Amino acid sequence: MKPIATTRSATGIPTGRLALWWVVGSEIVIFGGLLASYIMHRIGHPEFGDYAAHTNTWAGALNTFVLLTSSLFAVLAHQAAEKGDGRKAHRFLWYTIGGAVTFLVVKGFEWTHEIHQGYTITANAFWSFYYTAAGLHGLHVIAGAIVMGVVAHKAKRNEELQRVELVGIYWHFVDIVWIFLFPLLYIAK
Amino acid sequence: MSASPEAADGHHTNYVKIWAILLVLLVISVLGPLLGHRTLTLVTAFGIAGVKAYIVAAHFMHLKTELKIASYILVTMVALMVLLFMGVSPDVMKHDGRNWNNDAAKAETHRAESAHSAAGAEH
Repeated sequence: MKPIATTRSATGIPTGRLALWWVVGSEIVIFGGLLASYIMHRIGHPEFGDYAAHTNTWAGALNTFVLLTSSLFAVLAHQAAEKGDGRKAHRFLWYTIGGAVTFLVVKGFEWTHEIHQGYTITANAFWSFYYTAAGLHGLHVIAGAIVMGVVAHKAKRNEELQRVELVGIYWHFVDIVWIFLFPLLYIAK
Repeated sequence: MSASPEAADGHHTNYVKIWAILLVLLVISVLGPLLGHRTLTLVTAFGIAGVKAYIVAAHFMHLKTELKIASYILVTMVALMVLLFMGVSPDVMKHDGRNWNNDAAKAETHRAESAHSAAGAEH
């Protein structure tokens, strides 16, 4: 029997995928509110530029490269799933998870260095925004990697292949959030 | 019911080429601000971020070939955020108005600038 996620539709979009678009919509409000608040404070407080000078642009750029590449793997996994090749989709999903782990390792080194320098979440408003925004994004990366592991496990047996597309849509959104966080936190000094 | 947009579009899409374009844009967004020109920084950092986000949404998320209602959902959410920004930003970005003063914000900016000047004098 085919799952409801792929067979039922009120809008013309299968229910599973429509649900994902609503998830992404709600995530826009979560991250959008946070980033809008940051931009207001960044404009209202010129000293934020001095604080941002202590973030590591090259680490941020490396992580942007890692996430863009992981997004490529996610869409290639989706392409494989569309062709019914679950094993290939499984392989590409694990490459994507590898990107997530690399991202978190780079972030770990970065945060360790910054905390040792005294730039903690309570240092001032800039660092509060920095750790909150990057931390919330990091939690999304962890959640995405875990879900992707579950989807990959099923995909290897050619089961529930429609989920490969759904987890991919979520992952690309996480990538887009970072695309905006990168210039805001690392480049605007 | 709509089939997967990937099925409609993706078999002919060269995703590696799109990824390569994203990497070129990433390099420009990092190198542009190094020139130290304010307008150039804004364009290369934030303008290119918008272009990168569009490319990921259109080609990797397949919004280009998805039914329009998905784009409407997302655009509505972005519009709400713009409304939030327009409603709240004057109170945050300005530190005083006709009948009010944000003394805490003024004091923090003054403290930070003094600390920055003192640190500059030490070096």
